[in-house]
Amino acid sequence: MNFIEAILHYDFLQKALITSVMVGVICGVIGCFIILRGMSLMGDAISHAVLPGVAISYLLGINFFIGAVATGLLTALGIGFVSQNSRIKNDTAIGILFTSAFALGIILISFLRSSSDLYHILFGNVLAVRPSDMWMTLIIGIIVLSGIYLFYKELLVTSFDPTMAAAYGLSTRFVHYLLMMMLTLVTVASLQTVGIILVVAMLITPAATAYLLTNRLSRMIFLSASFGTISAIIGLYLSFTYNLSSGASIVLVATALFALVFIFSPRHGLMRKWRTSTKEVAS
Amino acid sequence: MYAVEVDRLSVTYFETRALEDVSVNISSGQLVGVIGPNGAGKSTFIKALMQLIPAQAKHIKLLGQTIDDSRSHIAYVPQRSAIDWDFPILVRDAVLIGCYPKLGLLKRPNKQHRAFAQACLERVGMTEFADRQIGELSGGQQQRVFLARALAQEADLLLLDEPFVGVDIVSERVIINLLRTLRDEGKTIIVVHHDLSKAADYFDELLLLNRTVVAYGAPDDILTAKQIEIAYGNPLAFLQKAEASS
Repeated sequence: MNFIEAILHYDFLQKALITSVMVGVICGVIGCFIILRGMSLMGDAISHAVLPGVAISYLLGINFFIGAVATGLLTALGIGFVSQNSRIKNDTAIGILFTSAFALGIILISFLRSSSDLYHILFGNVLAVRPSDMWMTLIIGIIVLSGIYLFYKELLVTSFDPTMAAAYGLSTRFVHYLLMMMLTLVTVASLQTVGIILVVAMLITPAATAYLLTNRLSRMIFLSASFGTISAIIGLYLSFTYNLSSGASIVLVATALFALVFIFSPRHGLMRKWRTSTKEVAS
Repeated sequence: MYAVEVDRLSVTYFETRALEDVSVNISSGQLVGVIGPNGAGKSTFIKALMQLIPAQAKHIKLLGQTIDDSRSHIAYVPQRSAIDWDFPILVRDAVLIGCYPKLGLLKRPNKQHRAFAQACLERVGMTEFADRQIGELSGGQQQRVFLARALAQEADLLLLDEPFVGVDIVSERVIINLLRTLRDEGKTIIVVHHDLSKAADYFDELLLLNRTVVAYGAPDDILTAKQIEIAYGNPLAFLQKAEASS
């Protein structure tokens, strides 16, 4: 049975596909702002920081969404607090706090006595998506996309020229924490598909690929979401057909797209750079 | 009326005093140059005025109001080096950002805003570059685009941080002429500037800083060997610079 027949035939595969595509879109969109603000490490940090929240939610028997958002945001606030109130640089503060949160998460998960849970949270298992997970991903997707649409102007100006934004009275801190909240939501939505460890790849690789192809933010967002979607579909196909880990397959497809664009991009690709530098030497 | 009233403004960075007890009143409708040696706190001064960095002051009023009431009437143009020129934004969209302050939260720019941004771009002679990415421009062209953005803000007070650094002669002419026109329209313009040789030509008044106010007044009274020696510790600095550029 081929992939398309299987999708038509199996309900679990349909859910997996819908969830992965949604994750590809929202990671792609929010990832553009993450990379333009130089916050790739922050993306990695927040995704790891949801782990203790997920563990606590399991232990308390509540929806893991609540705990994940709580610890993700607490970590973002903690990072801001440490870097603003000491001489510690931002990336160092990020390194300290997210590894602490992650370590705490691992210990808490060990109380659950289920190593398969930990494995699924860390690496994702999109073929085991339940209907409730799919709906949650869709709802998060709608929230995040509306947030980006409504605050597009503020996200643009604080990413491009934060000093000017602050000078005219826009709270750059408000925009920062708004973005951190959306980032936490996106991470939670991606847990099933790619897992905590690889979320950061879905955030930055499609966005970086798009960045090499266009000079306009609106197009970059659109392209990034498309690359996220293509990666999700092809990755899922490979995962299903060859029985590979879904998260890892999706991420490697995203990497392959990046590699192609990195070499062949008409504006910012390696080929173009080589050609222009040979010309300079010749002239 | 004063456009800027500052009483005992101080800024401290990790135990070093960048500015100490700066007090100055700047009349409106003036084109003012802020000069002084490297590390004198020139950029710090205009950032502190806008409260972009933590500062202490007995009293600051801009355009007769507290800073938070006057922000929407002030345009701040950062140093060129503070900008990521690889950012995926076209020239016309960068100018359009000048309309954001009056739009407020959630509202989007419409056709009129775009037309107005286009008109601002024309005033700096950059219309033909509207569809370029900002990083594809020369330093002077980039500065003109940022000036167009400040025009789009329709501000009464403009603060510019080193607008003439790394700028070609054509752009420098365009910028200074436009600043003079704005001054004639009644706006107040404060420019951080480090090239003493042109300071007398360009500005109505000069504020000579070295961590505190050394002198403030007409260029002829400020650019004297004595004042320069107090600020720079070397009276020849000014003469050498003047000779080098003439």
